[in-house]
Amino acid sequence: MSISSTFHKWGSPRWFYQFSGRLLPWLAILSLLLLVGGAVWGLAFVPADYKQGNSFRIMYIHVPAAAVAMGAYMTMATAGAIHLIWRMKLAAMVMKAIAPIGASLTFLSLLTGAVWGKPTWGTWWVWDARITSVLILFFLYLGVIALHQAFENRDAAAKACAVLAIVGAVNIPIIYWSVEWWYSLHQPASISFTGESTIHPSMLRPLMATLCGMYLFFGWLLLLYTRIEILEREKNTRWVQDLICGESR
Amino acid sequence: MSEPKLLKLVIAVLHRDIVASLRRGSEWSNPLVFFVMVCALFPLGIGPQPDRLADLAPGILWVVALLASLLATDSLFRGDFDDATLEQMLLTHQSLYPQVLAKTLAHWLVTGLPLSLLSPMLGLLLHLPGEGTVPLMLSLVLGTSVLSFIGAIGAALTVGLRKGGLLLSLIVLPLYIPVLIFGSSAVKAAIEGAAYLPQLAMLGVFFLGALAFAPLAICGALRISVDQ
Amino acid sequence: MYFNSVSELFSMSGHGSYVWFSYGVSALVLATLVIIARRRRAAAEQHIRALVRRKDATTSN
Repeated sequence: MSISSTFHKWGSPRWFYQFSGRLLPWLAILSLLLLVGGAVWGLAFVPADYKQGNSFRIMYIHVPAAAVAMGAYMTMATAGAIHLIWRMKLAAMVMKAIAPIGASLTFLSLLTGAVWGKPTWGTWWVWDARITSVLILFFLYLGVIALHQAFENRDAAAKACAVLAIVGAVNIPIIYWSVEWWYSLHQPASISFTGESTIHPSMLRPLMATLCGMYLFFGWLLLLYTRIEILEREKNTRWVQDLICGESR
Repeated sequence: MSEPKLLKLVIAVLHRDIVASLRRGSEWSNPLVFFVMVCALFPLGIGPQPDRLADLAPGILWVVALLASLLATDSLFRGDFDDATLEQMLLTHQSLYPQVLAKTLAHWLVTGLPLSLLSPMLGLLLHLPGEGTVPLMLSLVLGTSVLSFIGAIGAALTVGLRKGGLLLSLIVLPLYIPVLIFGSSAVKAAIEGAAYLPQLAMLGVFFLGALAFAPLAICGALRISVDQ
Repeated sequence: MYFNSVSELFSMSGHGSYVWFSYGVSALVLATLVIIARRRRAAAEQHIRALVRRKDATTSN
């Protein structure tokens, strides 16, 4: 099959709806297994960290949330670019579906980071380079969501958000690098260790499980939300009406 | 289009925009008044001790200048959008890129540049140490031009919306962060007696990057806003 | 299991409240995302059914 015909097939909401329907149960089962399994493993079976004690167990939820939130923004910007360049409607739906999921995951990683900070650093919030970067990522998500809500015209909203997401994605490396640089100027002496240096290999295995689980969970949610977008936008087409009301009407 | 013609177009748009905003007055004076007023609020909020103010002055001056530039950005395309000049700009076969570039530069000349020129006076009010004055001006001259370009993207995206103002700040502020970091750090470095040229060089890099790429995003955003 | 007893697992030598709170909130947020998806899907289906009923009513007349 040629590239362009694959592209057209993927761009068809109907084909995507049917294909994703077959994928959904597998994603749900696998992601929940990995997330729950990894969490139980990390909570109860991994030995405590010799420096941080037991608080490091928050890592198994904090790190996956932050990683997936970051990846989700890049996916959103890519979908936006595809929508702008090839005018693929499905990409606009994917983009709209990602924003609330990504924002929730970013919020989650900020919150778990704060709760992790209290027992380890003795304070809820530290203006650490990585935390600050995640906070800015959260702001970028909120900007996209706010812009989308402000438009009444759905197509214009999608295009405007695509432009903003791309501008944001281009700026993210610059922002992260600036924040790193800013932090290196003001590094407080009280934070003497970083996450990775004390991590024992045996502690990483549950992290791999929850990380994969979170990616799959994100994929599952993304499909769920995109399918709802498809139903809402294609509500006047024959295939959607047949699908919802049965073909025998 | 030949080069002299392109240059003529840029100059024509620049001239028209600058004359129009100078005639209106409020467009260039309001950000300045805002800058002065908000800077005057800080001593009232944190107390009049000169050493404390001096410590905070680089950050305060930069954040307030950033906000003043942000507030001015909302009006960048508003007038042209309302009287359909923007639509004509898009319809004519003259390329949009130089026109957008000229409009953004004109906007910076009537907002960012006056802010930078006024900043030493506000530095005095906030007891900014003397070594910081020149870096403050230089970093603001470079930095506000980047802010104008980034802000113009947001203004172009929100120009078709009725309640654009607050939304504009939500989408643009996170993108301002690198400029703020390097701008205020240049002033701080100068006060501490360290080299501040590296920070200014970074702002220069940001300016060149914004000059090259921001007009592309602005053009795309304007098309979306006018088409809807 | 790393811990000697269930009560030790819950207290985690003092860090229990932080750890369990993090996991609780995470479960809550992830579950909420799924529940919102379910609700929106139900609403969309209901909307489409109403649409079809209206269309059928007008064509049968």
